[in-house]
Amino acid sequence: MYKNIFEKIWQAHEVKRLSETQSLLYIDRIFLHERTGSLALQGLTQAGRVVRRKEHTFCTMDHIVDTYPGRSDDTEMPSGKEFIIATRKASEEAGIHLFDIADPDQGIVHIISPELGIALPGTTIICPDSHTCTLGGIGAMGWGVGSTEAEHALATSTLRVNRPKTLRIHYEGTPCQDFSAKDLILHTIRTLGTAGGSGYGIEFSGKAIDNLGPEARMTVCNMAVELSAFTGLIGPNQNVIDWFAGRDYAPFEAQASDARAYWAGLISDVGASFDREISIDLTDVKPQISWGTSPEHCINFDSKIPDPKYAPDKTRHDAWVRALEYMALKPNTSLQNYPIQAAFIGSCTNSRLTDLKAAADYLQRTGGRVAKGVKAICVPGSGRVKRAAEALELDQIFIKAGFEWREPGCSMCFYAGGESFGAGARIVSTTNRNFEGRQGLGARTHLASPITVAASACAGYLCGAPL
Amino acid sequence: MRPFTEHMGIAIPLLRDNIDTDTIIPSREMKAVSKTGLTDGLFAPWRYTDATTRSLNTEFALNQDIYAGGTILISGRNFGCGSSREHAVWALAEFGFRAIIAQSFGAIFKNNAVRNGILPIELRSPEVEALADWVSLRPTEHRLTISLIDQTVTAGPLGTSRFEMDPDAKKMLINGLDEIGLTEQILSDIEDFEARDSLARPWIYLKDR
Repeated sequence: MYKNIFEKIWQAHEVKRLSETQSLLYIDRIFLHERTGSLALQGLTQAGRVVRRKEHTFCTMDHIVDTYPGRSDDTEMPSGKEFIIATRKASEEAGIHLFDIADPDQGIVHIISPELGIALPGTTIICPDSHTCTLGGIGAMGWGVGSTEAEHALATSTLRVNRPKTLRIHYEGTPCQDFSAKDLILHTIRTLGTAGGSGYGIEFSGKAIDNLGPEARMTVCNMAVELSAFTGLIGPNQNVIDWFAGRDYAPFEAQASDARAYWAGLISDVGASFDREISIDLTDVKPQISWGTSPEHCINFDSKIPDPKYAPDKTRHDAWVRALEYMALKPNTSLQNYPIQAAFIGSCTNSRLTDLKAAADYLQRTGGRVAKGVKAICVPGSGRVKRAAEALELDQIFIKAGFEWREPGCSMCFYAGGESFGAGARIVSTTNRNFEGRQGLGARTHLASPITVAASACAGYLCGAPL
Repeated sequence: MRPFTEHMGIAIPLLRDNIDTDTIIPSREMKAVSKTGLTDGLFAPWRYTDATTRSLNTEFALNQDIYAGGTILISGRNFGCGSSREHAVWALAEFGFRAIIAQSFGAIFKNNAVRNGILPIELRSPEVEALADWVSLRPTEHRLTISLIDQTVTAGPLGTSRFEMDPDAKKMLINGLDEIGLTEQILSDIEDFEARDSLARPWIYLKDR
């Protein structure tokens, strides 16, 4: 019986089949953060329960903590300090490992969990954060949960999960130069729509995926949730397996070779079947930029902004009209007509070393400087990414070009009442959501890759890197 | 958890696709470490013309007298997509919503909803639109009747629509079950699994540091 990667991981974690549709799955790792972690831990305590496996449970400060140099528990977000202190206290009482603000390994949860070897190929990992699917990039099955489900996992090391159907998205063809993992996933969301993965665990495959390194694979899987999928997965190749050597929580010595053999077996068998298979042709597809207020509102960077007249149906017509109004864009015009006020590089989508390197390489190659009137920020995803970037003097390239160089965290991926780009500001951003108000009240977000953000920051308007 | 069997109530149409959890409750409205006190922030970007002064947007359905006391929300495709924040469900529940009728839901939102006694009902687009049109004619009189037991929505002259429902979620909602309590009863299965699995995947089982 041939199995796909999803079936292999699912079966290895099935404690008990509870019904035809639902299984009790073993959860290998739980990661919490200060936005909701204290709530889950408090809920548990109030119900008279404890964390069942403390050693498999971790917490970080990423969502609320400031990213300014010299930061402390005080935050720009009103009442942010309350969350930080409550999380610190709850983590200590629960006896779980917290990567606190001053910890050299602190960072965005989905950046640090693989970086430290906490998430490993073939593991199940949950977090009260929708982008936990990021970890599919290293062959882990990760998914976001609410606080109630997080409590369930904390108390029992398991979750009751309805088995999703499986979908394989297979990529064919060769895209244009500078087409990054971010462009691949934006193009996919644009093609399938934001509900295109609803009810599915998705495997991404094909030559365009095989060629991607571990970090780029995580960028792809990161936005599986923007397809409304349960999770996204990519079969781990030798590069991914080697990437874990020597990581703090990864297996070592005798266990390491067993683990490596196990991980190598996680790829979908030739002949394995899926509930649905889709093929996407990337031939000549160009870098993507979002124009609207949904991640499916994307175009090639040099295409014209679409006209609602040609929307496929009435709801989409109305949504496009609304989006154009919110974004202050005119249909059939070029993105180059629109000056930007801000550029942001960071988030669990694009704040790894390879992302920073791609943007820094562009800045160095072109000698580009951030255009006048543009506030440009670069936020490394973790303390380790920051130090590795500084060892390569990437920080100097960013600072010289006019970018702010920040401390690790989620930062301006979303507006929590504190730091904002300001009403009406047009931002080109490596983040994952361009919803109304996501980066500030009235702020207008355009999603793009790190290179596109660097190029736009220097040009002062929305554009791609010259091909 | 508050059980859900049957419910009759005023329905509020909000026929847009992709209403995300940032819109249902923006991050800036989650001010306290708490699952309650969230109703003021519910749909804040649309409910207020100015969120800071709380000036009401009178064009928004939730602010209109004709929809006062509404307990059912009617929406489009992919309702509750985006962030996993359970605050979106807590805010809707605290406001008084008991059921959401939509074309489809974000996966995490749907899981969160059934764990808080809110029934997510999926109907096809023409049915959703017909319901929205009918209730908006006379919201207080044109109430919807929902039976989870029969898996139906009844709307006066429009008749009855049947919806699909996952049997496990249905059982949980009808009985108001606490899932954690149920799983704790089969703890020995979890222990047996760990005993087997720690031989197959010993690297998973970290030592307490």
